[in-house]
Amino acid sequence: MFLMIDIARGMLARRRRQTLVSVSGVALGVAFFIAIVALMRGFQTYFVDQIIDVAPHITIKDETRIPAPQAAELAHPDAAVAIRGVKPRDRIRGIRAAGDKVAMLEAMEGVAAAPVLQGQALMRYGSRDVSAVVTGIEPARHARVSNIEKDMIAGRLDDLRRTANGIIIGVGLAERLGIGMGDTLTVISPQGVVLSMQVAGLFRTGIQTVDQGNAFALLKVNQVLQDRPNVVNQILVRLADVTQAEPMARLIESRFGDRTESWEEQSANVLTVFVIQNAITYSVTGAILLVAAFGIYNIISTVVFEKTRDIAILKSLGFTEGDIQVLFLVQGLVAGFLGAVVGCVLGALMIEALAQIRFATSTPSGANSFILDRNWRIYAAASFFALMAAGIASVIPARRASRLDPVQVVRGAA
Amino acid sequence: MAPPDPSLPQAPLLEAVGATRQLPEGAVLVRDVNLAFGRGEFVAVTGPSGSGKSSLLYLLGLLDRPSAGHVALEGRDTAKLSTNELAALRLAKLGFVFQFHFLLPEFSALDNVEIPIRRLGRLKGPAVRERAMALLGALGLGAAARKLPEQLSGGMRQRCAVARALANDPALILADEPTGNLDTANAAGVFDIFERLTREEGRTVIVVTHDPDLAKRATRRIHLVDGRIVSDTGG
Repeated sequence: MFLMIDIARGMLARRRRQTLVSVSGVALGVAFFIAIVALMRGFQTYFVDQIIDVAPHITIKDETRIPAPQAAELAHPDAAVAIRGVKPRDRIRGIRAAGDKVAMLEAMEGVAAAPVLQGQALMRYGSRDVSAVVTGIEPARHARVSNIEKDMIAGRLDDLRRTANGIIIGVGLAERLGIGMGDTLTVISPQGVVLSMQVAGLFRTGIQTVDQGNAFALLKVNQVLQDRPNVVNQILVRLADVTQAEPMARLIESRFGDRTESWEEQSANVLTVFVIQNAITYSVTGAILLVAAFGIYNIISTVVFEKTRDIAILKSLGFTEGDIQVLFLVQGLVAGFLGAVVGCVLGALMIEALAQIRFATSTPSGANSFILDRNWRIYAAASFFALMAAGIASVIPARRASRLDPVQVVRGAA
Repeated sequence: MAPPDPSLPQAPLLEAVGATRQLPEGAVLVRDVNLAFGRGEFVAVTGPSGSGKSSLLYLLGLLDRPSAGHVALEGRDTAKLSTNELAALRLAKLGFVFQFHFLLPEFSALDNVEIPIRRLGRLKGPAVRERAMALLGALGLGAAARKLPEQLSGGMRQRCAVARALANDPALILADEPTGNLDTANAAGVFDIFERLTREEGRTVIVVTHDPDLAKRATRRIHLVDGRIVSDTGG
């Protein structure tokens, strides 16, 4: 085995220029792979972090996925009855026994829960009307399920309790209304209740839809505004381990019967975009590596062609087909390995170069440069793919080399 | 060199029984050849171009398989052996010298001789280098051991190829027109070596040549025409 590596090394060393070409092909493929994946993953990780940060991990809603069994179904349990478009029951909406449910959730390990009442309202300031979602919260509890406190750029959640009819609004909403801290605006609910509320805080999450269309008030205040005394229509849950959100959501839904959504379900549209984005990223970078692999294939093929005599002599000396295959496979893998090493260095340099780029416009999140993922796993994956590609690319010419008949070669040369 | 196996006193070193080599296209290269070689024989195979000299040598050297008949090495029929088993036999028991030296151009004379020794793996560590140096020294190449083949003269290259053929101490050396590219003096030098290998070391050398003067130096001469043996003298 060492002998074959020695012979392969000798053959490669004498063809520096060709080896350099194949190595740089692989290196470029690896470098681009690393840079593009770092860019994409950096952005996606940032985005998901933002979602997890801002949105609750699990939301329990005052809805059910399946309507309550209807009379026709109950009367004929074995019949094939399908009922569609069941009109929601005309009852006071809200999560029943919300207080008990919150207490039960809080009793679980690594789970924080907070009841909220969420409803639409019209914000009026001067002649401007903007519709927004008002969430009624209990500040102390809410701080445990949401990181909104971190995103406050003026005031604090607790200020809601110190201000009579206080309201915290997103900066986007404030800009649309032309309102600032301490200003008083009129809030009108669909139930017709009109409240005069004072801005007690501003927040910026970096997600525009949230910043432009959300406001927070005390739970009690919102219950008055929505004319739904003592009603809670959502329970927000935050978990110590965010990856457990989906199974936990299913568990809660099966226990309580209320519709329960994990953050993955709520952000399914964004996550689907990421899947497509990843598919594009990996197919583009995969194509680059494929081209590099063809380079290796081409060069090993040329070497096999040039080395026909040497292959024949090695076989006549008593080297087996397996030996010859190893000989050329090693040459391809060495090219792949060198390419991977150079590519990793090049990729790291490209990432740092990208990190230097500054955008003229500042995004709502405040970032004006690329967010890059500098995870070592990307380097490992790129190197692994490069070695795989190099191996596969050299297998075909290596097999052809091993099948050469020494008699044919020697006869041709004589 | 390993002593003859006492359990097989009757078996010749190499034997061809009814060996025929026919190409798939139909041309017959070697026709029904029956030959036996003992130890210490110096055999010259002669014949006009295309008479099947080289083809016969490839059959005897286990590089090619006969389409009919068989070749036995040390009494062992090789027809049923796998390609890898044949390769192992070539490595351990046979040595080849071709018309072109066929040294690996990237490696020094010493490396070229070491390669088959290392592949066989019977010798380890510094013993490999000692053996290769001893072989090169015996063939007058001691000073040129570190040189690349392209830095050697034609005669030196061919002697290096002989050293490589001897690397694993084979009982049998097969040479295909080894002097085809050499001048008279160098060609005679190679035959001197072959003579020494047979007479002093008891090896068997089978040489294909079309030079009648050199063929006369052999102890046994086989003449081929159209793949058939027409004469087998001496021995």
